Amino acid sequence: MIEAEWFHWLVGGLFLVMAAQMLTDRTNPRRYGSALFWGLLGLGFVYGTWVADHRAPAEPLGAAVLVMVCLAGFGRTGRGAPPEGAAERRAAGAERFGGRLFVPALTIPAVALACAVGLKRVHWGGGPLLQKGSETVLGLGIGSVVALAVGMVMLRERRISTPLHAGRSLLESMGWAMLLPQLLATLGAIFASAGVGDQVRRVTTAVLPGGSVFLAVVVYCVGMFLFTVVMGNGFAAFPVMTAAVGWPVLVEQAHGNAPAVLAVGMLAGFCGTLVTPMAANYNLVPAALLELKDQYGPIKAQLPTAFILLGCNISVMFLFAV
Amino acid sequence: MRKAGRMLVLLGVLVVVAGFAARRNPLLVVGAAGIVTGLLGGLTPREVLAAFGTGFASSRGVTIFAVTLPVIGLLEHHGLQEQARRVVARFASLTAGRFLALYLLLRQVTSAVGLGGVLGHAQTVRPLAAPMAEAAAERAHGPLPAKVRERIRSFAASADNVGFFFGEDVFLAVGSILLITGFVNTTYHTRLEPLDLALWAVPTAVCALAVHGWRLVRLDGSLSAAGPAAWDRKAAVK
Repeated sequence: MIEAEWFHWLVGGLFLVMAAQMLTDRTNPRRYGSALFWGLLGLGFVYGTWVADHRAPAEPLGAAVLVMVCLAGFGRTGRGAPPEGAAERRAAGAERFGGRLFVPALTIPAVALACAVGLKRVHWGGGPLLQKGSETVLGLGIGSVVALAVGMVMLRERRISTPLHAGRSLLESMGWAMLLPQLLATLGAIFASAGVGDQVRRVTTAVLPGGSVFLAVVVYCVGMFLFTVVMGNGFAAFPVMTAAVGWPVLVEQAHGNAPAVLAVGMLAGFCGTLVTPMAANYNLVPAALLELKDQYGPIKAQLPTAFILLGCNISVMFLFAV
Repeated sequence: MRKAGRMLVLLGVLVVVAGFAARRNPLLVVGAAGIVTGLLGGLTPREVLAAFGTGFASSRGVTIFAVTLPVIGLLEHHGLQEQARRVVARFASLTAGRFLALYLLLRQVTSAVGLGGVLGHAQTVRPLAAPMAEAAAERAHGPLPAKVRERIRSFAASADNVGFFFGEDVFLAVGSILLITGFVNTTYHTRLEPLDLALWAVPTAVCALAVHGWRLVRLDGSLSAAGPAAWDRKAAVK
């Protein structure tokens, strides 16, 4: 059986290799901090396997996460200089390979979809070939490995160090933002165990007249919208509003279709991302990139769309999900 | 009194709001909010550490897209973004609004097949989409006043955001889908499939394309209805 943990180790191994590359990269002014950050992340990915099934204590991993937060939060990570002659090489590559460059890139979703739909039912040696419930994650991992092989052959690239260096440079340009979704998921779990969702539910049930499914849909969607505006990210809003309204009221009481309720709820949050300056990377950074005098220009352009789509999400959820 | 004590955990939400308002690094803000909420919620410092550890371990699936970085890096090394630019440039002879509507469609489709990182504000909006939309408007209406130029650029940024947000969730291995399954499957002990969630992102994706596409096409109308003469009149009135 192919297990999800193998791909967590593969990702952990990638981070460790890239951390070693960073350590020797003298063009990076903060190479030690960067290497420590990505090295800890890589170790955490591997060690996490034993934390997830309760065979190892979670506290050391928690301490490592806080060290990573401090390294990135206090600006101890950086990035190396890009290699010389990159622009010419890219232009030459686009000229030479043209549309074929999209083939390996499209291999990833094609394989991921094949695994999620087809390979799911294949059995091998008395059990399912892919670990049950992890078909998508496995598909992404298998798809990337296959796509890398396709790309290496197609682009006649012989050295495995080329994709590793190029991947590391992408990793450095994403920087600490890569860890944020995981940390927000952790915050969501802490919010849940500390009962923040329950408190929000108490506040909402005080406002919410009992029994109306339509109003519950509105509260869930508008709540996702508002929480996302405040937190700048739908990821942080999702666990709070889902624990408060989405799961207990819409899925359990109203017997709603869980995937539909949750997927549309998340999209209601995305409407909030369109209108909040907190989502700086989507709304303020582009204004700076485009040299706008009004830094809220993109938000103003998005405002009507955001409210119409919030209405669409409420309608979709009420008509099809509950 | 106990009721008030339990309401205190909402202070964690306040930490997030205040931290973002003060523009502190988001990792620090979220980390601090986690510690404050955990301690106010009655966890010991050791349990807070453990909560960070188990939270990290069970949410590793969100970051697993890093496994795609070597192959995407390899393709970019050989000019994937340049090729994407050449594809976008083929649409350059359209009007500003129609060009941006096509960009929206392209952004949405590429995000839906997992190529959300190929187009973007830095990669394609600043170097390509915004200048091309401006050029198209200039071709139709002559030199543009600064205000109109800003408006076109803002809409170029909006086309990228709307296309990305409401395209990426159709791809089943994106962070937000995995976050939903990760959170719900661990908290409520169910088995939700990413594919089901991705399918339910389709209706809203279609609405987003229709609504924002329509608004982008109408941008042309507002440019030509106003016309350079009207811009001058408006400027004179102001």
